[in-house]
Amino acid sequence: MIKVQNLTKAFGTKLAVNGVSFSVERGEVLGFLGPNGAGKSTSMRMITGFIPPTSGSVTVGGHDIVENPIPAKRLMGYLPENAPSYQDMTVQGFLAFTAELRGLEGDARKRAVNRVVEMCFLEGVLHQSIETLSKGYRHRTCFAQSIIHDPDVLILDEPTDGLDPNQKYEIRTLIRRMGEKKAIIFSTHILEEVESVCSRAIIIDRGQVVANGTPAELKLRSDLAGAITLKVVGVSAQEIKDKAAPIHGVRKTLVIKDDPAGSTVRIYPNSKAESPALAQALGQLAQREKWAVQELHMEEGRLDEVFRTITLPETGQEGRK
Amino acid sequence: MNSVSVIKTITKRELSGYFASPVAYVFIVIFLLLAGFFTFMAGGFFERNEASLMSFFLWHPWLYLFLVPAVGMRLWSEERRLGTMELLLTMPITPWQAIVGKFLASWLFLALALALTFPVWLTVSYLGSPDHGVVFTSYLGSLLLAGAYLAISCMTSAMTRNQVVSFILSVVVALFLILAGWPPVTKLLDQISENPRLVETVAAFSVMTHFEGFQKGSLDLRDIVFFAAIIGFSLFTTSIIIRSHRAG
Repeated sequence: MIKVQNLTKAFGTKLAVNGVSFSVERGEVLGFLGPNGAGKSTSMRMITGFIPPTSGSVTVGGHDIVENPIPAKRLMGYLPENAPSYQDMTVQGFLAFTAELRGLEGDARKRAVNRVVEMCFLEGVLHQSIETLSKGYRHRTCFAQSIIHDPDVLILDEPTDGLDPNQKYEIRTLIRRMGEKKAIIFSTHILEEVESVCSRAIIIDRGQVVANGTPAELKLRSDLAGAITLKVVGVSAQEIKDKAAPIHGVRKTLVIKDDPAGSTVRIYPNSKAESPALAQALGQLAQREKWAVQELHMEEGRLDEVFRTITLPETGQEGRK
Repeated sequence: MNSVSVIKTITKRELSGYFASPVAYVFIVIFLLLAGFFTFMAGGFFERNEASLMSFFLWHPWLYLFLVPAVGMRLWSEERRLGTMELLLTMPITPWQAIVGKFLASWLFLALALALTFPVWLTVSYLGSPDHGVVFTSYLGSLLLAGAYLAISCMTSAMTRNQVVSFILSVVVALFLILAGWPPVTKLLDQISENPRLVETVAAFSVMTHFEGFQKGSLDLRDIVFFAAIIGFSLFTTSIIIRSHRAG
């Protein structure tokens, strides 16, 4: 549905987005990750046709966004960053206006407005003017606008920003559900969100794609991935460490907690492939030693760790959005 | 969805935006009060002792100088400040449709304010028998004048997200268009330059010279083209400014 090829945007001499390529098919939810100023919003603005790319191309449903913007835009719903809306309008008026611009008329328009009002829990504020609403309601109003025409493609720039935990949960559930039938791109800072919603994630840093894969694949890149955590009651951490050290394939061991009520040690294998064998060996060791094992599991890795190791070297790069 | 219905949708929203806030009512009241003041106090409506609206229309270029930018200043600067421009321009519409729709909305609003001055016409008709043709062309000229100023405000409001800056810029441009043909200025130019062509050329850019014809009851195509050209040029420039702003 969405095909991005070599997308580049230069502001003056600075490359905000530099040769970004990816594609999103129907049924996929793509998480767009990256530090502030990495080029996430700029990429989304180019995909939605708000700003023209310096070079490269974007096609949506086969329509080039520069050559043939109207049919491409018709297929898309867009929630811009900070969820802008016309402050002096009522929620109802605003949604009816956007529905009208999307070519919905008469009964179809009424039905579309009612549908998104229900989906985004806006019944209570329907006749209030938007400027009197709280941030969460404003955000959901703009979100409602983006799905009013039930688009095939949905571009969401930080859809859960500024929402409370319940609202975040609702919106995530909604995105996941819609992702079954649509192609969705959404950007976020919140890494758990990627794990709970996305079928695939892209990490973008300084304008370039630095990682692209399923959340599970990305997590495997973490140092932690494949490490075995062992928790034993009544044995000192040092003893576990010493006994585990001779096992074949152990790279290092780390004491997490030393406590007679349950010592925890994390054992890292030489390579992730050796991890299952290591787990087995540790299990046998515990049996031999008759340890009271409370916990023995293989770590999946953590997305925030991956994110940090990939994007950290340029902390001084805060700045333009 | 065709162009006309897109423009209609945008115009409708923009126009209802004026009436959703006190802006519209405040503006109309001030416009009518000032128009009345200029006509009867400064313009010497009664002293003229003639059944004409000359003293009413005479002041319109000055009246619009401040009031029209007040209406037009928020057109695009507000969209930029709130970020709604991003929303509007990623809808399946062309920038042109948005520009024309927003312009038409404020023009219609100004037309409404102008139409509400009809009691002046009634008064003069009651007191004497004015030439209704002249009154009609004067109204038409005044509307075109307002449209020209408005298109300029539209252009300056696209330049900045600050409404005050946009207001001041458009007042300056509009003031230039007045002064270029204002008798004191043309006389001054006459004195310092030997070439009469210069004065003519400068004055040709003035709204004053082109508005004069309408006030005399003549519908000169050149005058209409002049105002239409200002509107067309300013809106075209607006589209360029918006495009370059988006291009970064």
